[in-house]
Amino acid sequence: MTDWPILSAVTFLPLVGVALLLLTREDSPYGRRNILNVSLLTTVFTFILSVFIWIGFDYSNPGFQMIEKHEWLGTGIAYHLGVDGISMLFVILSTFLMPFCVLASWNSVEKRLKEYMIAFLILEVFMVGVFVSLDIVLFYVFFEAGLIPMFIIIGVWGGKDRVYASYKFFLYTLLGSVLMLLAIMAMYWQAGTTSIPELLAYGFPEQMQTWLWLAFFASFAVKMPMWPVHTWLPDAHVQAPTAGSVILAGILLKLGGYGFLRFSLPMFPLASDYFAPFVFTLSVVAIIYTSLVALVQEDIKKLIAYSSVAHMGYVTMGIFAANEQGVQGALFQMLSHGIVSGALFLCVGVVYDRLHTREIAAYGGLANNMPKYAVAFMIFTMANVGLPGTSGFVGEIMTLLGAFRANTWVAFFATSGVILSAAYALWLYRRVIFGPLEKESLKALLDLSGREKAILYPLVLLTIFFGVYPMPVLDVTAASVDALLNNYTAALEAAQSVALSAN
Amino acid sequence: MTAELLLASLQLSTPEVILALGAMALLMIGVFSGERSATTVTGLAVALLIIAGLMLVMKSPEGVAFGGAFVSDPFARFMKILTLIGSITALVMTVGHARSQQLDRFEFPVLIVLATLGMLLMISANDLLSLYLALELQSLALYVVAAINRDSVRSTEAGLKYFVLGALSSGMLLYGMSLVYGFTGHTNFEQIAAALSAEGRSLGLVFGLVFVLAGLAFKISAVPFHMWTPDVYEGAPTPVTAFFAAAPKVAAMAMLVRIVIDAFEPVVADWQQIIVFISIASMLLGSFAAIGQKNIKRLMAYSSIGHMGYALVGLAAGSMAGVRGVALYMLIYMVMTLGTFACILAMRRREGGNVESIDDLAGLSTTNPFMASVLTVMMFSLAGIPPLAGFFAKYFVFMAAIEAHLYALAIIGVLSSVVGAYYYLRLVKVMWFDPATDEFARTPGELKLVFGLAGLFVAGYVLIGGPIGEAAEAAARTFF
Repeated sequence: MTDWPILSAVTFLPLVGVALLLLTREDSPYGRRNILNVSLLTTVFTFILSVFIWIGFDYSNPGFQMIEKHEWLGTGIAYHLGVDGISMLFVILSTFLMPFCVLASWNSVEKRLKEYMIAFLILEVFMVGVFVSLDIVLFYVFFEAGLIPMFIIIGVWGGKDRVYASYKFFLYTLLGSVLMLLAIMAMYWQAGTTSIPELLAYGFPEQMQTWLWLAFFASFAVKMPMWPVHTWLPDAHVQAPTAGSVILAGILLKLGGYGFLRFSLPMFPLASDYFAPFVFTLSVVAIIYTSLVALVQEDIKKLIAYSSVAHMGYVTMGIFAANEQGVQGALFQMLSHGIVSGALFLCVGVVYDRLHTREIAAYGGLANNMPKYAVAFMIFTMANVGLPGTSGFVGEIMTLLGAFRANTWVAFFATSGVILSAAYALWLYRRVIFGPLEKESLKALLDLSGREKAILYPLVLLTIFFGVYPMPVLDVTAASVDALLNNYTAALEAAQSVALSAN
Repeated sequence: MTAELLLASLQLSTPEVILALGAMALLMIGVFSGERSATTVTGLAVALLIIAGLMLVMKSPEGVAFGGAFVSDPFARFMKILTLIGSITALVMTVGHARSQQLDRFEFPVLIVLATLGMLLMISANDLLSLYLALELQSLALYVVAAINRDSVRSTEAGLKYFVLGALSSGMLLYGMSLVYGFTGHTNFEQIAAALSAEGRSLGLVFGLVFVLAGLAFKISAVPFHMWTPDVYEGAPTPVTAFFAAAPKVAAMAMLVRIVIDAFEPVVADWQQIIVFISIASMLLGSFAAIGQKNIKRLMAYSSIGHMGYALVGLAAGSMAGVRGVALYMLIYMVMTLGTFACILAMRRREGGNVESIDDLAGLSTTNPFMASVLTVMMFSLAGIPPLAGFFAKYFVFMAAIEAHLYALAIIGVLSSVVGAYYYLRLVKVMWFDPATDEFARTPGELKLVFGLAGLFVAGYVLIGGPIGEAAEAAARTFF
């Protein structure tokens, strides 16, 4: 099993789909059908192949597995792939969401379907690449490269203000990332390597850690996004096509959290400890402030976008609590949010395809003629609120536990955010689903079609399954998280004893 | 000089000798068979350049020739091959445009060959005098080429402007050289370096250094000596602009690298601050001034100013990593520029000929998806977004700057690259997001070939970057 490069295969398999798509023509219904089938098959195959990573994964090994390493660009930059407990599930999440994106675009993308699918498949390559890279430059290449297809997706197939949104998305994230690039170079000259496992073992001097941490923070905070640099997200979400929103919320937002866990916490433990109160403050502000902002939104997608920012606040809080519950919870919260928020955007897509508006006020009483839709939407809403029994609960309670151990006040304020999230989510649900079915335009709406059922039902099952039985995820992450935290505390203690002996 | 030494010298400079003799022969052919021979002469000129290039690729003896005035080393070889590729490509791209832009005269290819000869000599110059002579050979040919379309006011204006400012800069350069000679007593690079490390530097030498660098900065159009660039780029016929943007920049940068790393190596602290300043100024101006441009050639002019700034980041580091970064940067910059200009040349309406406004690209992704994809790749690459070649170019120069602890330079550099991304994105936006207005005429085959290859290189750099990086490293090792 280990002698063939499964990670490379998963990463670059979508390119085969791209090559096939280049041969198709779009001008007939037949051609359209071909394009959709090729894309769907490619993404499904990629997902099936990626499941083998999980099957072959050794739970007890806290280090990197399935390693591939080749010389690449000189000066130590290598083509170096591998996964550990932290990254493996993100790979699966990425490949898992892609078929849903293709299905969600089945009818809604009317123009230039071929380019659309090519952009998505290329995006998939870059996203998976980020999670499997074990060379920091390779990581950066994949991390940044994703901007190109996403820019095109938002700009070409987006809504009314798509140009503004795509620019904002691109420039914001680029601005954050370039500083990280400089930090990467500085790390190379300091440690003499760009290999992530070697950098993880290298102890950077304290002074330098501070600067490096800040540079990485600039990048990941924008990607995450954390308050106050979150403003690109609502714009991008609202303007992006449904599948674009799913990818944005489901995976691109996870890059920031993944980055914190992969780089900031283990490589710069002293700086992470030093800045933890700062991150807590931003997280709490994000949770409370963006929840309040979500309350007053009139656009469904914008509301979900703000709620995403709030949920990412729990993630950063959990990560920098730097204890087992916090980090495990943050990982779980990211995966759960990937499924739940993706599903919520898919739900919005369902009604948007019928009515072509996202105004909350345009809806009401959908429970009467779309009962199946109402049920699915309800489950995702509840998961978003964090109701026990859904996957949202597990992540939230664990991050809150972690935060409570680190700082009680942080946990107190963050918990009050849970109430606010219930407020905006339930209110949204009431306005869209309940109430009398008065509006003429809504009366003719049909319930979920077969394709839409195929999209939403599996996600419903997963949401409930992980809410009741989260162990499959937690087992995968446990060993790696343990190792990470042991190193983290060891580094802090070492620094402390040095400081003590100096006195 | 004995016959033996002369023979050895000629051997070291065979490509240059071939070009010199060939240019004269081509001139004869042109003169005796008149205007009709333009196409033949162009073909022969391309063949001549290819032969010179092949000689460099096949075997390149190393050593010093002509009493120390000329040097042939791996760095020279690398840069010369780049220059020749630039010239050949530019010449090939003129084929379809010769008639409409009045380039169908036999003098044009001959002048290009002469300019290229000047560039090769510049790259190999190891003495202030040979450097100046080579530079003038190149510049005089370029002045004429810029004004080659003599019926066009804009072209004539471009030529004149280029000439007046170029002459000024040559004057500065010469004055600086005389000061350097006066205060060190030598014109040969090695001897200057030896004199500087033996005696230390004097104030007069610093003056000389400043003038020399000012003169050279003009040639690579670095701020504050960039004023001619937008006007000349816009005014000159587009195939000529494509030529200007690629090969001469490579040669001038190579010359700058050699003179500061070789001759002024002992006074690194003095020239480093000058290079840092012009680098920062070029990057900032290149990114901010380009924002308001509507003409794509002007936009590319500011873009090239900015890119020279990025290349200088590597030079400012003054290290082996820095020179490797510069060599790689020039290679990637040249490919991107040639590819972009091939696209610009392909912007031709069925009626009304070439157009140059950015808005003319509207909806290109629907009317000509292939060209739009290539141009998009070029723009993202120029902006420095991975995984395209432009990112790796920037990566290696900034890495050298970080190694040399030039943090301010690196931070300003990357931030200005974000500003730069804004205007490159505008082209992408126009091509992809805006509705199509009108279609372009069919793209000539040679342009398709050029931008196809350039696109392939830029997008596929991740696959072929290893050997290219090694070649650049070998070139940089010359100096260290």
